[in-house]
Amino acid sequence: MDVKIHVTDRQGKEQIISGPTDMSLNLMELLKVHEYPVEGTCGGMALCASCHIFIHSTNLLPEISSSEQAMLDDNWDSKDNSRLACQIPISENIDLLKIELAPEDL
Amino acid sequence: MIKTDIIIIGAGPVGLFTVFEAGLLKLKCHLIDALPQPGGQCAEIYPKKPIYDIPGYPSILASELVDKLMKQIEPFNPGFTLGETAQTIKKNSDGDFIIKTTQGTSIKAPVVAIAGGLGVFTPRKPNISNLESFENDKVFYIVKEPSLFKDKEIVISGGGDSALDWALFFAENYASDVKLIHRSDNFRAHNDSVQRALDYSKQGKIKMILNSQVSGISKNENKITLHVQSKNNDLSKINCDNWLPLFGLTPKIGPIGDWGLEIQKNAIKVDNATDYSTNIDGIYAIGDVNTYPGKLKLILCGFHEAAIMVQSAFKKVYPNKNNVLKYTTVTGIKGF
Repeated sequence: MDVKIHVTDRQGKEQIISGPTDMSLNLMELLKVHEYPVEGTCGGMALCASCHIFIHSTNLLPEISSSEQAMLDDNWDSKDNSRLACQIPISENIDLLKIELAPEDL
Repeated sequence: MIKTDIIIIGAGPVGLFTVFEAGLLKLKCHLIDALPQPGGQCAEIYPKKPIYDIPGYPSILASELVDKLMKQIEPFNPGFTLGETAQTIKKNSDGDFIIKTTQGTSIKAPVVAIAGGLGVFTPRKPNISNLESFENDKVFYIVKEPSLFKDKEIVISGGGDSALDWALFFAENYASDVKLIHRSDNFRAHNDSVQRALDYSKQGKIKMILNSQVSGISKNENKITLHVQSKNNDLSKINCDNWLPLFGLTPKIGPIGDWGLEIQKNAIKVDNATDYSTNIDGIYAIGDVNTYPGKLKLILCGFHEAAIMVQSAFKKVYPNKNNVLKYTTVTGIKGF
């Protein structure tokens, strides 16, 4: 199936994108496919925080691993609803997820 | 002034392998990298992660790949300028490029190969509006001269190795007044460092301010005042001599973005049908730093681009010579 995701970019523009659940994609990759300015520097290893997003819905997401938590702890703009998009697989659970891109690293 | 045939900007895997391919054509190389060690992202971001798509290696640690590349290029005796960023480029009257680094090192060559990956690793800066006016006077993102902070009241922010290591260093060596502010109560540094820091905290050598973050900064005579906000939104103020926000490094395109190269989405546009040349004659871009239709940001693609690029570079260095592709199985490796 394809899931739909509400994305708010850094300019505040909201758009709904969709992504397939059967291609082993993660949310960072899906954002890149849709040409959002998400670097994904470390390629999805939770080692750089360049795909930092804020979650604005109550979807059930995978637990935060210790390496993801460490990156978020060390990130200036982190909030309680922060996640790294690379750690969220595109699955049925995230259908209608609402996210916002965190500010770019200064 | 250092003179060479190819200046390689970026000592990541692709920059390193360029030395090998250039060496087979008897071209000498000099590498510049902002990081103090070779290896680029492989060394800085994921040294202990296995890579599975390097041909011939079912699995290889990123740091191991860097070590092997360093070994592979040893016969060609490349020059290294590490810990310095390529800042300006100028074309000389004799047609050669002269690159100057942030530390003033000058390097001259007829060919420049930019293998800069995602850019220059630069410190992450806190998102505080008036911070710039305090930079390099009261606020430092990198500790270059630890003695500057001797007997000072310093505040360090961050929860990683860099923040903890420097907090420990100052507490152990200078008996400075050290405070450590961290947005969480967990640290991701080495367990040993964390334990020592916690011990020092109990002994009063390091004051830890956890679950808190600096939200503002202001001048206070010869000192600065940091405005600190806790997770519970409690506000407090700390007066100190220096603030060291140590939040790790992030890659930025850096000074090469101002060199007149055609940039598309933070990458340098190149001609992939021929030789990965940029819009400036004599400057090439290879690896993650370039872009072209169908580009794949893979180390193995960067290796391919390096091999193609040096063939073209040879003609720039020796316009009147013809080069014939030779196989290493036939000729072996003849270093210099």
